[in-house]
Amino acid sequence: MRILIIEDDETAAGYLIRALKEAGHVCDLYGDGADGLEAARSDDFDVMIIDRMLPGRDGISIIETLRREGVKTPVLVLSALGGVDDRVTGLRAGGDDYLTKPYAMSELLARVEALARRPAPEEAETRYVVGDLVLDRLAHKVTRGGEPIVLQPREYRLLEYLMKHAGQVVTRTMLLENVWDYHFDPQTNVIDVHISRLRAKIDKGFDRPLLHTVRGAGYMVGETGP
Amino acid sequence: MTARSFTPFGARDTWSAKPGPNIFRSTAFRLSLLYAALFAAAAALAMGYVYWQTSVFYARQLDNTIQAEIRGLAEQYRLGGLPRLNQVVAQRSAAAGGGLYLIADADGERVSGNLAAPSAALLEKRGRVQFPYRAPAPGGTETRLAIGQVFQLSGGYRLVVGRDIEDRRKLEDIFTSAFIWGVGFIALIGVLGGLLVSRVLLRRIGAITDTSQRIMHGDLSQRLPLAGTGDELDRLAGSLNSMLDRIEQLISGLREVSDNIAHDLKTPLTRMRNRIDTALRDAPDSETYRETLIQTIEEADELIRTFNALLSIARLEAGAQVEDFETFDLAALAADAVELYEPVAEGEDITVSLNAPQPAQVNANRQLLAQATANLIDNAIKYARPDSGEGAITVGVEPAGSHVRLIVADNGPGIPEDQRERALKRFARLETSRSRPGSGLGLSLVAAVARLHGGSIALEDNRPGLRVVVTLPATQTHSGKARA
Repeated sequence: MRILIIEDDETAAGYLIRALKEAGHVCDLYGDGADGLEAARSDDFDVMIIDRMLPGRDGISIIETLRREGVKTPVLVLSALGGVDDRVTGLRAGGDDYLTKPYAMSELLARVEALARRPAPEEAETRYVVGDLVLDRLAHKVTRGGEPIVLQPREYRLLEYLMKHAGQVVTRTMLLENVWDYHFDPQTNVIDVHISRLRAKIDKGFDRPLLHTVRGAGYMVGETGP
Repeated sequence: MTARSFTPFGARDTWSAKPGPNIFRSTAFRLSLLYAALFAAAAALAMGYVYWQTSVFYARQLDNTIQAEIRGLAEQYRLGGLPRLNQVVAQRSAAAGGGLYLIADADGERVSGNLAAPSAALLEKRGRVQFPYRAPAPGGTETRLAIGQVFQLSGGYRLVVGRDIEDRRKLEDIFTSAFIWGVGFIALIGVLGGLLVSRVLLRRIGAITDTSQRIMHGDLSQRLPLAGTGDELDRLAGSLNSMLDRIEQLISGLREVSDNIAHDLKTPLTRMRNRIDTALRDAPDSETYRETLIQTIEEADELIRTFNALLSIARLEAGAQVEDFETFDLAALAADAVELYEPVAEGEDITVSLNAPQPAQVNANRQLLAQATANLIDNAIKYARPDSGEGAITVGVEPAGSHVRLIVADNGPGIPEDQRERALKRFARLETSRSRPGSGLGLSLVAAVARLHGGSIALEDNRPGLRVVVTLPATQTHSGKARA
């Protein structure tokens, strides 16, 4: 993927680029808001990572300008401001996701990949299939190997989100935000317990596990582990 | 903290550069001066009116008397000519009635009457005149004032009919001096009263100013003096004092936090540093490095979490995030939180039950309330279990008049009454070992959230266990409050 990074902190940008390159992405870095906006306009990127506080022009106004001009590239907003209202500002301006500094690199990578593969609304699938696990979104039913699996509503949504991002790492924070709509960090790792319940329902009694734990990062649904 | 660095109010110098309180420049004095002037004017007006009315009445009375006399005398003159008139005048002059009569001949000599021969000029006049005359008085004569009318009779004779008005003149004098003195006294008392009132006021305002200057110089323990009268100044001083209490509380909270940061954040940082150091020194294999790094990341995450919690509490206490308020059902939110934590509690042999039978609308920040509820349940799970037996947590939402109560109760050891207040403070952990997980920020965040929403938090005895009651203002569902 080609990723545009607008970030003025050189050290932070250095780590970011290294991690993204290791994950196989191509990165363009701009340290100034105005230059970054020019680049975002002229070239096609798969994802943009934009810091909020920048010299030249602030991140929010860059995103607003891009969205006004019809640029639809997914944007991940990076910021030291972590309050709920700051996130709301970022998302309302047209950002697609928001990450607060300091962040874990695994979280950022997972989010960038999730953004890039986000399907357009009209392409939304009606069935997710991973191996012999099938989630039928129209019938609201889950089967594995043809056998129906009974899930609680929340377990269904959890699995739906994981299967939508099959093959990608999904972090605990992403699950809290997207499945529970909780934009804060509960002290206990409650997500782990929900995952293990889900795992008991979809993997227990089957040879091959489909729900994997990615240590230090999160979870992944896939035919093979991470 | 050094004395030099603590100058939170930049305007201090401009304050102290001002001259001391000047009584004549004070608002109180100017106001009382204005009142004194207005009051004196009103008094003058009232007295003037009384005087005017009295004198009009008096003049009319006098006029009527004189007219009556004239009519009588004219009648006599018509009946019997000058001799008859003379006779009547002499008769009347002898009677004690205050009337003044004079019939003078062409040379101005008195023919009859009780009026000593007045000036020739008077006799040349016609109609209504005011004139002085001499009257007998104890120890001689005195000059008195009279008013009267002069008639020309045939043969050069003149008739003067008058009345003494000396008394009236004296009354006028009394009135005038009463007027001057009265108004003068009122003005004087007004000004003196103004001075007195402004002195009292200025002394109290001066005390407030002095105290606030001492506070600005860093002595936050100072409080404004109260006179105990419950007046406006007392109320002002009272509310300033509660403001100062709050500021002092915040600052001491800040101080406490920095002490606790020193402990709670330095300890894991030191641990991290030591671990990396050890790994560098005696572990040449990459697997140990890897393990060390993973542990380090986990510890860093824990630190970040603590910092985030601290930051959100600080932001809440600064009163931010009000614009994100929305109206929603607290009962549904509690149900969500219970659902999230149920599996965790189950793993710990704790049952979580929800007791929210009816919707309870609140206008609040949903994320913050969800976080507060999550914190409370999280906390309850940590402590729910009594020494023997199963843990039980009840999450309740109930309306209470114009408020809504969110109640999280457990059956754990609870908190002794004397320690409950401390439990709400940042970083407070009641076990002195600080060995259990958690930053000690959970309850203080809930308290901050409650305060931001105009609500309150209370720690109660669940007999056994702890019962946390968060009270929030309810939204009237029927009012249909519009939101932007």
